[in-house]
Amino acid sequence: MATTVQNIIKKYNKDKTRLMDILIDVQSDQGYISKESISKIAAELDISHVDVEQTMSFYHFFSDKPTGKYAIYLNDSAVSNMMGRQKVKETLEKETGIAFGQVTRDGLIGLFDTSCIGMNDQEPAALINGHVFNNLTPFRVKEIIRDIKEGKPVEQMYTSAYGDGENRNVLVKTVVQNNIQKKGPILSEDYIPGIVIWKKLPQMTPEQVIEEVKKSNMRGRGGAGFPTGLKWEFCRKAKGEKKYIFCNADEGEPGTFKDRVILTERPKLLFEGMVIAAYAVGADEGIAYVRHEYKYLKNYLENLLQGARERNLLGKNIGGIEGFDFDIRIQFGAGAYVCGEESALIESAEGKRGEPRDRPPFPVEKGYLDMPTVVNNVETLCSVVKVILNGGEWYSKFGTKDSSGTKLLSISGDCKYPGVYEVEWGFSVSDMLEMVGADEENIQAVQVGGPSGSLIGPDEFDRTLCFADLATGGSLIIIGNHRDLLTDIVLNFTEFFVEESCGSCSTCRNIPYLMKLKLEKILDARGVPQDLKDLEEWGKILKFSRCGLGQTAGNPILSSLRNFRHLYEGKIQMDKEYDSEFDMSQAVKASCEAAGRVPILN
Amino acid sequence: MSTLVNFKIDGVDCLAEAGIYLVEAAAENGIYIPTLCNIQGVKPRGACRICTVMVNGRPMTACTTPVTMGMEIQNDTPEINDIRKAIIEVLFVEGNHFCPSCEKSGCCELQALAYRFRVMVPRFPFLFPRREVDASNPKIIKDHNRCILCKRCIRAIKTEDGKNIFAYKKRGIELEIIIDPELGGKITDELAQKSVDICPVGALLPREKAYQVPIGRRKYDIEPIGIEDEKK
Repeated sequence: MATTVQNIIKKYNKDKTRLMDILIDVQSDQGYISKESISKIAAELDISHVDVEQTMSFYHFFSDKPTGKYAIYLNDSAVSNMMGRQKVKETLEKETGIAFGQVTRDGLIGLFDTSCIGMNDQEPAALINGHVFNNLTPFRVKEIIRDIKEGKPVEQMYTSAYGDGENRNVLVKTVVQNNIQKKGPILSEDYIPGIVIWKKLPQMTPEQVIEEVKKSNMRGRGGAGFPTGLKWEFCRKAKGEKKYIFCNADEGEPGTFKDRVILTERPKLLFEGMVIAAYAVGADEGIAYVRHEYKYLKNYLENLLQGARERNLLGKNIGGIEGFDFDIRIQFGAGAYVCGEESALIESAEGKRGEPRDRPPFPVEKGYLDMPTVVNNVETLCSVVKVILNGGEWYSKFGTKDSSGTKLLSISGDCKYPGVYEVEWGFSVSDMLEMVGADEENIQAVQVGGPSGSLIGPDEFDRTLCFADLATGGSLIIIGNHRDLLTDIVLNFTEFFVEESCGSCSTCRNIPYLMKLKLEKILDARGVPQDLKDLEEWGKILKFSRCGLGQTAGNPILSSLRNFRHLYEGKIQMDKEYDSEFDMSQAVKASCEAAGRVPILN
Repeated sequence: MSTLVNFKIDGVDCLAEAGIYLVEAAAENGIYIPTLCNIQGVKPRGACRICTVMVNGRPMTACTTPVTMGMEIQNDTPEINDIRKAIIEVLFVEGNHFCPSCEKSGCCELQALAYRFRVMVPRFPFLFPRREVDASNPKIIKDHNRCILCKRCIRAIKTEDGKNIFAYKKRGIELEIIIDPELGGKITDELAQKSVDICPVGALLPREKAYQVPIGRRKYDIEPIGIEDEKK
């Protein structure tokens, strides 16, 4: 065992900034990271024991205890629950004889909850040793557990055909489906990889590239919407020995899965976008930070990078441009939503805990290894290729005035055709519902922009998707009339934020948890009117948090309080001023039963 | 030669050296911005969020934001102070802080801030978490019940060759401070003392040295927190 760990450390040249990779490899090789492994890593990297432990204990997919020969991580997203997760969970527990969070005594199977794994269009879904199992049913669970007990390798446990497109690529071989429902400029097939690198870049200066991107009015697709051209310009002008281009493929917002589809079907477009960005800002190295849940694409993506090197689309003098050297490596995460925040993502790529940094300085000035760094969303980088290919003016004709271009939407929930849709900005919620085969009469709400976005009701379905109105990173969850909005959606989302807080701000560490307790009190029919006021007031405290996660962690409750107040009012005791939350008869029940007495309560 | 910049705090004209952090810039002008995780001479972190001020309408932590020309800062307003008070309250309810039995009472910055902000009963329910005392280190007792996770010890205490002795473990509400078993075991008397001194609360205490200054004669027994800055 010690030699394997030793070899892993050697593979990464004893580089402490590659601690994530080392831990990922040890976890995947041994099923956990033992104390001995931690000591070994600390000694070899010449860092302290607690340094290894602080990174390790931060990420969901690292464990200091064995996770089982078959580690099953069942998605706990709201949509997974809507699609029948509970029965799948119960069957898993029944068939294995253990509860979630446990490992069977023989060390064969471990059951764990996990936040949204980016499969909302094919739920319930689970990861088993990194392989995706989608559309789970109790029947399917029984088959899987039977196979496991027979010792079948995970990759042989699939019973359905492989998914469409590159999902069946020999290096992928997964049952995941793309579910591309609508194509636009980004997803269209008429793309010749390398065309911009060969035909356009050699005739343009970096400044001209930036100018063209500015002309397109493109704004970042991750949700915050910062103008892409401006970001590049800042980074180009910043001083640094080296510069870096990061692709943020850590899509963790529950309900988004469009990056999964791009990584599967248009990875060359993405890599070309990174090369363009590198040319524009003068960067030497690119890092594509991909969420752990998409690790099943690792070999496929790395093979494509190798192919690009062979065709001079990466490496030295790219595209024949003298002195333009750039290469890309893939950095996997290990399960932390907050790493989608750009500075947390950089920290993570440096081998640290994914805690957002204080700003200023911004990453364009001081990013990865303190060097100027651009962090762009997957979709942004893909769009850039089309901007340079067809011109900024061409691109700005799509969409609305303040939101140019197209947007990839990840649509899931109560609709006929969940999947990825590429639409122009300015699309209304109402049109969207019609597009995906959801009958507006049967829909009580749409969650726009995932848990950190807003929950809107039918009276707002005429609103449009764009930065000026409903800004979104692209997650749309449709919620039918038959759902219990507060329990199925609001509570689930709030629990998500509690689970995913990095904890370094006093506000985000505690307030969502306190709000969750209060919501549970209300759902338990013990709420009073003051509780609703408290929730609104407490939500304001979160605005003092450092990053977007903390600042928006109250949104599920706050936006539902705003738009679905009647649901809360229906649950609370409107005529009561105070509820002690203490039930005396319940508290003394067991002792009364034991003593054979009837409680006398005044 | 350093450049001086003009800026305003709550409408009052101020002057400070460009680029220093707002907390210091304010103090130089006799204005107190409450802090808890901040400690002079150590890279700031913005963990407790108490020093949050509005800079040109946006919340920013004063301990991490450098002052620039023409900044308009709001500091002492009812809205900001109420959120600060809420943060102090939340730090009380997330741990187990029993001031009367705490060795740090009277020189505890959390307690002093609670007095300054007139905290009576927190607006949040007490969580009464089950937390452990770690007495395995030969020189320091770590009481997680009182820890406010300010990161001071993590940031300020390093070995001679720059290695971390303290670190965070886990995340979110499970977050805690851990001491390196090996480097912590070999910690020098001087560093052990320093870590105890910089802890704003009673989470890091020295062994066998309690109550050397009697209660009633301690720092904040004599004058409230923040007075030093305001006297400038």
